[in-house]
Amino acid sequence: MTETTGTTEKKDRSELGICALLAVLGVLVLVDAINIPTDFAQRGPVGPKAVPVVVGVLLLVVAVLLARDVLRGGRGEAEGGEDVDLSAPSDWRTVLLLSAAFLANAALIGVVGFPISGAVLFWGAAYALGSRAFVRDPLIAAGMSIVTFVLFNNLLGVPLPGGPLMEVF
Amino acid sequence: MDSLTQLIDGFGTALTPTHLLLAAVGVLLGTFIGVLPGIGPAMAVALLLPVTYGLDPTAAFIMFAGIYYGGMFGGSTTSILLNTPGESAAVVTAIEGNKMAKSGRGSQALAAAAIGHFAGAMIGTVGIVVLAPFIAAHAVDIGAPDYFAIMILAFIGVTSVLGASRIRGFASLLIGLSIGLIGLDEMTGQSRLTFGSLELADGIDVVIVAVGLFAVGESLWIASRLRHGNDGPIPVGRPWLGRDDLKRTWKPWLRGPVIGFPFGAIPAGGAEIPTFLSYVAEKKLSKHRDEFGSGAIEGVAGPESAASASASGTLVTMLTLGLPTTATAAVMLAAFQQYGIQPGPLLFEREADLVWGLIASLFVGTVLLLVLNLPLAPVWAKLLKIPRPYLYAGILFFASVGAYAVSGQVVDLIVLFVIGVLGFAMRRYGLPILPAVIGVILGPAAEQQMRRALQISDGSLTGLVNTTFSVVVYAIVVVILVWPLVRRFTRSRQPVG
Repeated sequence: MTETTGTTEKKDRSELGICALLAVLGVLVLVDAINIPTDFAQRGPVGPKAVPVVVGVLLLVVAVLLARDVLRGGRGEAEGGEDVDLSAPSDWRTVLLLSAAFLANAALIGVVGFPISGAVLFWGAAYALGSRAFVRDPLIAAGMSIVTFVLFNNLLGVPLPGGPLMEVF
Repeated sequence: MDSLTQLIDGFGTALTPTHLLLAAVGVLLGTFIGVLPGIGPAMAVALLLPVTYGLDPTAAFIMFAGIYYGGMFGGSTTSILLNTPGESAAVVTAIEGNKMAKSGRGSQALAAAAIGHFAGAMIGTVGIVVLAPFIAAHAVDIGAPDYFAIMILAFIGVTSVLGASRIRGFASLLIGLSIGLIGLDEMTGQSRLTFGSLELADGIDVVIVAVGLFAVGESLWIASRLRHGNDGPIPVGRPWLGRDDLKRTWKPWLRGPVIGFPFGAIPAGGAEIPTFLSYVAEKKLSKHRDEFGSGAIEGVAGPESAASASASGTLVTMLTLGLPTTATAAVMLAAFQQYGIQPGPLLFEREADLVWGLIASLFVGTVLLLVLNLPLAPVWAKLLKIPRPYLYAGILFFASVGAYAVSGQVVDLIVLFVIGVLGFAMRRYGLPILPAVIGVILGPAAEQQMRRALQISDGSLTGLVNTTFSVVVYAIVVVILVWPLVRRFTRSRQPVG
């Protein structure tokens, strides 16, 4: 159950974060389950509490077992892939920029409509990932976003918000 | 043969011009998305789900059949030409296929894979026609305790059989089960883990969980470790096979499904084990054993055919029992639920037209796949050169479209992001993704069956083990759980020497 990839002291500790996450989740599930009122409307011998209690307890157990595994030197094997360089340090700037582009779409979609917010998402994500073609990138982003909008909204019958831009047409 | 007449009716549904066109579009779209590096079949199917939202169920599933096979074939193209298996089933193909491509036999490798897919899917779909109505007819009689037992088997199977670390598999499963708890309890209507939020009362849509974990999680993970300066894909011509290659491949094509289909059809299967077994078998049986490791065509033909038949096998359990055992089947099940259709033994009675239309389209999709993709292979190969920023920007773009299209709410995009961050963390620390997805989909169903069983037995725990079937299934579960301990014990007693 232990697999080692050449890792640093720093990652040793950070993997305990997963244990903490599991433990917090376990407590959350347990507290929520205890607060479910069961005095009414219960059908059958097993109410809505039972499964959350089991899941919560198991989460705590797994958190402890995983912590034991990590402290004994067990390592989760990070997922590899053609575009993944496991020897490189984590590039948090790219991750944050990418997240910002993603959340910008969520913030803008209701205000300016999908054609604009989608283009912002695509261009922002491409920029975050290192593309610096300042003419080609926005053109591709706008093209994709408008084609997708027309395809989904008008041809496939899946409504997307058009926003002020589409009201012009 | 009752199912034969129904299958003929199914062909009547599948072969109308509109449906034929939809199947062709599905095959092309599925291959297009599946070929893109980094996108496995499960992600391809999840990303393409919203395309079918506006269609009626029959049309949607006919298109889906095309997407399904297209996505799988696209994945093997990527592993042969780029050495990047999009999913674990294609790992074995990459071993020999990529070596073949490097030594200038890429066209033959692609042809062996394509025809292997065709053979596997054809034989596998015949397997569905024979086996599925039979299982459905018998499954009508199995009760709540049996269902609960099979679901426990599926949970234990995906966490224990696959992946390197069982504890991490269980952690992933429990995360999925917790997400599945969110929303109103189906039996009493009481809210769980909603924290007073109305949006969460409906639960988190399975599509959003799947797209978040697969697409958004993958993009964030790759962004954090993006490799710069990749080797380019290997250029390839039109796939073809000479007479010598045909002589070497026709047996592996036929042997693959024999290994693949049964493994796919049992609820703890998956495609990893059968593809690997097929590889080992072909290596043993080959007259060109020395070529294995440096590009043997049997090592592509057999495993590809096994993988394809195994995928058909998973459809049997998915359609007749409502049990998905692979990520792709899990997303398919989510697609059924989108239309309010619950796969299970009654599906073959209640939605006979739809099911047989779907099965007929699997045949049609397989033929279309071969006809369209052999000539188009050089075009698909060009897709592998797509700049990575555009590729991952596009994945995030379509993930957002898909999540938003589920119900048109901005909050779904936030949920998608949070689940994406979770998927990122899981990848970084080696928690497998599949158990979480299976937990979200099967968790609520397992709870219902368990409570129903205990309701019948009036709360006595014996209600869970009062059928022979459930006892047998639990025995298998115990064997799976105990096996590694036994092996460790016997190994430590017998010193290596």
